[in-house]
Amino acid sequence: MKAHLTRRYIFSASHRLHCDELSEAQNREAYGKCNNPHGHGHNYALEVTVSGQVDAKTGMVCNLADLDGTVGGEVLNRFDHVNLNQCAEFEAMVPTTENLSEVIFHILKQKFKAAHLERVRLEETAMNSFEYCGD
Amino acid sequence: MVYLTRKCEFSASHYYHNPEFSEEENRRVFGKCANLNGHGHNYTLEVTVKGEVDAKTGFVVDLKELKEILNCEVLDAMDHRHLNKEVPEFRDRIPTTENLAIAIWKRLESKLKVAQLHRVRVYELPDLFVDFYGES
Ligand SMILES: [Zn+2]
Repeated sequence: MKAHLTRRYIFSASHRLHCDELSEAQNREAYGKCNNPHGHGHNYALEVTVSGQVDAKTGMVCNLADLDGTVGGEVLNRFDHVNLNQCAEFEAMVPTTENLSEVIFHILKQKFKAAHLERVRLEETAMNSFEYCGD
Repeated sequence: MVYLTRKCEFSASHYYHNPEFSEEENRRVFGKCANLNGHGHNYTLEVTVKGEVDAKTGFVVDLKELKEILNCEVLDAMDHRHLNKEVPEFRDRIPTTENLAIAIWKRLESKLKVAQLHRVRVYELPDLFVDFYGES
């Protein structure tokens, strides 16, 4: 039988939303306070949902230690306590939480093979959240 | 179609151990959860049912009835109990959150007459939950 398993992780990072192709005024208009040149930070909550058949021997969709290991090694190590604008992934892309959701989804899709990646959900604050399912 | 979700909490103990595995294998696969003395969790259950809103009552489901079914089938059977030893589904199945969601789905599905079961979500911890939609 197929079940969906969701695990939640927390990481903290800073960013500045700014697009070089826009003027100062347009950046201000598009990003508001998030355009502040010195950046600002968030405690992000990441929810990773994977799905698959429940293994008859283990009762699991996948081993949680494997999922934690991959998310820890590939996502948290990369993005926890860093400035997202300085990450290679955001050299040519604004580190909005939309873009960050997509980046995390694609990293996990490539690195985590033990179950099907269904969804990445990212809370930027308790009030804003974003989901990406790979489409 | 409207979806209604009812939430309840229960506390239970369990351990993960497959008698077909060696002790090392149990340790490797299940980690700390393999300790045969067991450990416990505060589980949160969210049951979502769906249906058309009844024109007379304005309800998708009679919540009183849903609560009674949840009390009988889940809370009486599992709250403050040892899942491996006291819940028949886990006599020969590991009481993981996945299997718990499936067992609860099966218990509710046969009793729910009025509305259709949509999702069973079981939180083992605030940062770990399983959804089961009745998929084979
Ligand atoms: Zn446990």
